[in-house]
Amino acid sequence: MLEIKNLYFQPKGERQILDDISLTIPDGKLICLTGPNGGGKTTIAKMIAGVEVPSSGAILLDGEDITDKDPTERARLGISYAFQQPVRFKGITVRELLCLAKGEVATEDELNEVMAQVGMDGAEYLGREVDTHLSGGEMKRIEIASVLMRKSKLIVFDEPEAGIDLWSFNSLIRVFEELRDSRKCSLIIISHQERILSIADEIVMIQEGSVGLHGPRSIMYPLICKTDCEDCDDCFIKNKGGEN
Amino acid sequence: MSQIERKPIDDDTKELLKVVSDADIEELLSGAFNIRSNSGCLGRQDSENIIIDSKEDGPGLVIHIKPGTKGEKVFIPACITVSGIDDLVYNDFYVGEGADVTIVAGCGIHTTTGEPARHNGIHRFFLAKGAHALYEEKHIGTGADETTKIIDPVTEVFQEEDSYLEIDSVQLGGVDKTLRQTKAKLDARATLVIRERILTDGEEEARTEFEVELNGEDSGVNLISRSVAKGNSLQAYQSNIIGNTKCYGHSECDGIIAEHGRVDASPKLVANSEDAQLIHEAAIGKIAGEQILKLRTLGLSEEDAEKAIIDGFLR
Repeated sequence: MLEIKNLYFQPKGERQILDDISLTIPDGKLICLTGPNGGGKTTIAKMIAGVEVPSSGAILLDGEDITDKDPTERARLGISYAFQQPVRFKGITVRELLCLAKGEVATEDELNEVMAQVGMDGAEYLGREVDTHLSGGEMKRIEIASVLMRKSKLIVFDEPEAGIDLWSFNSLIRVFEELRDSRKCSLIIISHQERILSIADEIVMIQEGSVGLHGPRSIMYPLICKTDCEDCDDCFIKNKGGEN
Repeated sequence: MSQIERKPIDDDTKELLKVVSDADIEELLSGAFNIRSNSGCLGRQDSENIIIDSKEDGPGLVIHIKPGTKGEKVFIPACITVSGIDDLVYNDFYVGEGADVTIVAGCGIHTTTGEPARHNGIHRFFLAKGAHALYEEKHIGTGADETTKIIDPVTEVFQEEDSYLEIDSVQLGGVDKTLRQTKAKLDARATLVIRERILTDGEEEARTEFEVELNGEDSGVNLISRSVAKGNSLQAYQSNIIGNTKCYGHSECDGIIAEHGRVDASPKLVANSEDAQLIHEAAIGKIAGEQILKLRTLGLSEEDAEKAIIDGFLR
């Protein structure tokens, strides 16, 4: 279980980005963070992974305070993070990146299986470098594959749908469900995508650095996924895209 | 068929041969080879298609690869395992028409005490029409830190029509000083690909100079240099691609600097024809913070993340 307690974040000389965020993510649950761009969702993801350090507040994993732990320590505790903007590496192949993620040499079967999960052909991609020769969509899928290679207690996916075609997306939905239901992994997915929201156990709306609405999907989904709200000022679903 | 009986190979030399040749001793000795050690010859063997002769006018070899030879490898490594040696060697490679071969050279210096040790290999490549060759060259210095290890290779390339040469050159540490000079002249439709990777650390200094003349129509060169300068080391890169006709030239110089390392890159392009297409790309900087962060979120320590990034970059 992950507990986020009263998280504040205000970089020096800048506006407040997180304003008293508190959330509990139970084991084996899929929680969707959604809301307008610039609301603080990616910052929460970075705080969980240890990539950013909060101004105040605490993060607990299974009761252990991990607020002061660095990204390496958190990864070793079982926290994984799929970046919104995947990082490119000159000279490192897809195969090598996936083996680094696993922490040891992976078999060809394992590698091909994880590539298939993100809708890619291992034979075509495993030997290629994770550099500028790959498209944004390809990079995004490899980023997700790198996280799937790890044994994780909790995974944060930041807009996993961006740049992914429909076929791969359907496969990805099945992967999320399998991670939650069979592997009992907790998932935090930042998304605007209705299909992802529709499989969430809980939906949290993050607005202006705070938790706006938070509740089970059965209550939240009808509230935020109205089909007739194109002109509604309060609707954030139409504000698709990412935040930095 | 010439053959010089193989002398015993000591452990230091064996280790160096393994590293610079990227092959085990059995593979190395199975085909054509010449092992140079401390300015002498430890053994030589021809194959049916690859003939190795001593030069008549000075130290070095003439390697003749018969036209049409396919898939063979020839090993020409040089090792220095005692200090105080200033080794100079001239090797000429003649790759016959339509041949397709791999040439593995390289130099290793392992000294434990004393005077500076230097190897200066001057290699000339003559590729006949339609010849293909991969030239692998690895340089390494090991052993005592107080001994100055110097490797100054000179490579000259002459490519006839439709020939293809790929030079894969690696220097991964331990060489205190190096000046690497490569010159090439290409005829019509000839292609030259050069991949160079250099790692320097401590007080090491590596200078590399390329000059490629594209003289024949539709000839092309692709020059890729990757360097990592750590400690107080210095790397200087100079390239000059001269397009004298309709041709294609591309050079790419990427450098990673760490600690107090320095990289000095001076790429030059000269177009003497309106149909010459010449491009240069260069990027120098420290390892991107986001690269380290990404690998740390996969569980790597900061040090292991840096190592993985540098190893990949230089591979």
